[in-house]
Amino acid sequence: MHWNSLSEFINMGGYGRYVWGSYIVTFVLLTAEIIALRARKRRLERTGPVRSSLETRDQEL
Amino acid sequence: MSKSKIHWYKYAAPVNFYPLAGKMIPFFTGLTIILFAIGLYMSFFVAPVDFQQGHSYRIIFIHVPAAWMGMFLYVLMAIYAGIGWAFNARLASMMATAIAPTGAIFTFISLVTGSLWGKPAWGVFWVWDARMTSTLILMFLYIGFISLQSSIDDTRRADRAGAVLALVGVINVPIIYFSVQWWNTLHQGATLTARSFKMAPSMLSAMFVLMGACWMYSIAIVLARVRLIIKEREREAPWLVETHPFEGEIGIRKSVSEGAQ
Repeated sequence: MHWNSLSEFINMGGYGRYVWGSYIVTFVLLTAEIIALRARKRRLERTGPVRSSLETRDQEL
Repeated sequence: MSKSKIHWYKYAAPVNFYPLAGKMIPFFTGLTIILFAIGLYMSFFVAPVDFQQGHSYRIIFIHVPAAWMGMFLYVLMAIYAGIGWAFNARLASMMATAIAPTGAIFTFISLVTGSLWGKPAWGVFWVWDARMTSTLILMFLYIGFISLQSSIDDTRRADRAGAVLALVGVINVPIIYFSVQWWNTLHQGATLTARSFKMAPSMLSAMFVLMGACWMYSIAIVLARVRLIIKEREREAPWLVETHPFEGEIGIRKSVSEGAQ
């Protein structure tokens, strides 16, 4: 264990903003990708026909 | 044809791959969560502090896997696009289209985390050095692929145009990889080489676990995106999704059960 306190963990030996900046950017971008994909799915479901042959395929497998 | 019990070609048909992909997504999502949890724990609590760079080096655990994913996914995208083009295999082309956004995001992450690491390590966020410039070009190639495909309405033409761009651009990947050897550069050399590891074992294993996490994430999200692409294209032209590849001209409709036997 390298950390004696939470503030030490956040400070990262003075490099906190670079280290946490990197991890936060990564987290935000990957989360945004998932959200964007969900939005695209909803958009497709809203505009498309009610029944798709692919839906029944899902239930068959 | 072969008498194998498993009909591999069956899953080359989008309509058959669609439910299979759906079944695989939860598995890869689970692995993503587990590997990220283990990998992040290792990178902050197990891996020791670097004697030269202090804690700033911990950016490596996200920077290197992201940079590798950007390159791996580009090669994979080019291979799928090439197969789709050469064999008229629709699912392969759809896979290429599905990979591109994820590859672009990982490349962008590698650029951002790299510059956040560059500031404490070199004193600057960005320099026009060989590795960084070639990685920036990689991101432009991804963006070019995505915008080229979205600018063409006919999906099969979009697939072919994208394949040409992806295959020509693949030359950039070895340039990125060898850039640190070919040119004098500020960027450090390869972390892993065939003969030696330049890192402590616990640092290395943390990086590998996060590498695995990024792979699992990519597989899960690409499968989810390819399912959406199949669905979108099915809506435009159902017969394109129903037919098998390797069957010749578009429009010949052969029943799926017949193809599977």
